[in-house]
Amino acid sequence: MANNPACRSAEHGISRRSLLGGLGAGALGMCGGLAATPALADAVKAGNKRVLVVFLHGGVSQLESWDPKPGTDTGGPFRAIPTTVPGTYISELLPHTAKQMHRLSIIRSLDTKNGDHGRGQREMISGRDQPAPLDYPSLGAVVAKTSTPAGFSLPGHILIRGAGTGPGSAAYLGPQFAGVAMNDGKPPEYTARPDGLTGEADRRRAALRSRFNDRFAGRRRTADTDAYTFSYDQALDLLDRREVFDVAKESARDHDRYGAHEFGQHCLLARRLLERGVPFVQVNHSNYDTHFENFDFHIEQLGEFDRPFATLVNDLTERGLLEDTLVCVMSEFGRTPRINDRYGRDHWGTSWSIVMGGAGVQAGGIIGRTNADGTAVEDRAVDHGHVFHTILQAIGVDSLGEFHVAGRDHPIADPAKGPIDELLA
Amino acid sequence: MIDPTKTHQVLEYKHGKPLLAVRYATDGKSLFFSAENSPPQRFVPGGEGAEPTVSPLEGGHDSWVKSIAVLPDGRGVVTAGYDGRLVWFDVAGEKPERVRVVQGHEGWVRSVAVSPDGRLLASGGNDACVRLWDTTNGREVGVLSGHASHVYEVAWKPDGSALVSCDLKGVVKEWDASAGMFRRDLVTAEALWKYDTTFRADIGGARSIDFKADGSVLALGGITNVTNAFAGIGKPVIVLVDWEQPAHRSGEPPEANEPAAEGNMPDAPPAANDGVKQLLGKGAGDGVCWGVAWHPEGFWIGQAGGGGGGWLRFFKPDATEDFHAMKLPANGRGMALSPDATQVAVAMANGFLRVYALHG
Repeated sequence: MANNPACRSAEHGISRRSLLGGLGAGALGMCGGLAATPALADAVKAGNKRVLVVFLHGGVSQLESWDPKPGTDTGGPFRAIPTTVPGTYISELLPHTAKQMHRLSIIRSLDTKNGDHGRGQREMISGRDQPAPLDYPSLGAVVAKTSTPAGFSLPGHILIRGAGTGPGSAAYLGPQFAGVAMNDGKPPEYTARPDGLTGEADRRRAALRSRFNDRFAGRRRTADTDAYTFSYDQALDLLDRREVFDVAKESARDHDRYGAHEFGQHCLLARRLLERGVPFVQVNHSNYDTHFENFDFHIEQLGEFDRPFATLVNDLTERGLLEDTLVCVMSEFGRTPRINDRYGRDHWGTSWSIVMGGAGVQAGGIIGRTNADGTAVEDRAVDHGHVFHTILQAIGVDSLGEFHVAGRDHPIADPAKGPIDELLA
Repeated sequence: MIDPTKTHQVLEYKHGKPLLAVRYATDGKSLFFSAENSPPQRFVPGGEGAEPTVSPLEGGHDSWVKSIAVLPDGRGVVTAGYDGRLVWFDVAGEKPERVRVVQGHEGWVRSVAVSPDGRLLASGGNDACVRLWDTTNGREVGVLSGHASHVYEVAWKPDGSALVSCDLKGVVKEWDASAGMFRRDLVTAEALWKYDTTFRADIGGARSIDFKADGSVLALGGITNVTNAFAGIGKPVIVLVDWEQPAHRSGEPPEANEPAAEGNMPDAPPAANDGVKQLLGKGAGDGVCWGVAWHPEGFWIGQAGGGGGGWLRFFKPDATEDFHAMKLPANGRGMALSPDATQVAVAMANGFLRVYALHG
């Protein structure tokens, strides 16, 4: 499909969009210059599936979480506990998550060959080796682009963060698919009607703009003008749906179940967004960069993570959402098996773990294996590229397809990689 | 004659696995140490030219042992593990024998200390409790609750009249162990705790503890001035707390069983730094004070380890900086003063046990 020549300036679009405070119009990709190939069209039809990424910033230790090695020199002081999957053990720091492992699978064979925070974050969230020859869209942007239902009035790509990196880039997909941040769990910026502007005045202002738009469209309608009109209309819808972002609307019982601390509240907020169909939600939990006293800090951090995450997985299941929601717990890398002389573990990208579940991926599985002391992958080495393909295919997106943007074909995921088929079987 | 400026190494033993803690036997003729992924060990020096005898204290733990207590009878040793267990050993014979295993705390046990009369063992752990145990049979005889975070260290006043505990947030509590009752919060050692807003985690707590021999001063070793919790960027410090400081509350509700003595409730609490002094090494690099001991010749010994390397530092009671410092070949993680006060033993992160004489 040829690019629409009337839609030449991405910068123009960004500039106008900034008026909306970074809020994207989830369906903008359906019009204008971001045309879809037939393969993508099929992918979009899949729709209605969602992705939840829980990103443990700083690099969670695989040995204190998903791949414990008790009784070894690298294993640290924690013991392994049984899970709901016979024969599968995880760290004793995750007793609540252990009861959800029949709904999740562990990938114990990540070998990303990287120990740099920034690079690791970009690789895991874009699925591309870094440094890359161009800016690739983040997972959230790809999911928003491919899986946002037509007419959906909420942002398709939301990041809930207390700390950690900001929203993922949309790159050539366009800013409407870039992440919208809920910093400290607060609603996105510029989603409240300004003080002094009454609802009635706002409606009259919108009506006037609509008249001008209609008149302009009658003579010089383009894909761009349609896009701008849609953006404004969506922003107005959002003003009326702002309660979607208000976790206080959830029940007192749920607040208690998830916990009053920040991560608990953010997990509850994630549930609220996923229930309302937001295609991609990322929750950051920070921080795990434990060069010093790794074990004390993992007690503290995973102590925050465990119960809210397990509660969220359980709730998604009970509400029938897990079958259409891909859940992935990831970091930028793992931590060194060797324990340093300050009780710390350092950066390690050679043999580490993530967890994935939902959206029909194999549950209760273990993909790959590390050696006895966790220093190397012995079986089924995979990296960020394979993970990216797998997540997309799990939600029905043909990750081997292409985006067609401005006359160029862009493979949706790294064409040198493919999905972890065992998880998709 | 004791002269810290002439401190020198007199013994080294390579265990191989990173050491965690060390204690002398009551007669000073042997030592007990623990290490990562290893049972605790009894170490008997071999004397002139002879090999040492090293015997494991086996069969009690399935996690690391971070604290060791030696009973005054000379034959009992209790080890405290990150598995929550307390394990009694009889070390009188050629081979140490396990006597009993007690599930002491939920989560890590971080510290154990035996009362001066040898009757009670106090333990502190991640369940935020201090627990009391009958040393003769391992039965729990009291639970002292009131801390709101992990209890890092416990210690007995030398005359046995009080038990103190310090938690992750530097809250120091005094307990009447014989009555199983809370007495007072000492001034909170604020220097020993920080919430790192960048990494969103607490760092702090006493990592070592000792009393001046007359009980007039409590010493708490730890890390202060933290600028990066997750890299351990902060200074090793000894916080000295004057025992006679005015009692005050830290804002927590009184314990249900605490005595209602009026003297415990001053009109206004003292300032946080009343009766508190910090000892910092001159030009000290980053790290934690993992060992502290009062020497009967009238000085404090601190053992630091961290990014700035391993150090022994010596402080006079009226000074805030060390009068002598000695670089160690590696980071230490624990220190013990020998019963005759002529030596200190250091548990080294590089797998060595090293002993230093405090004289020429």
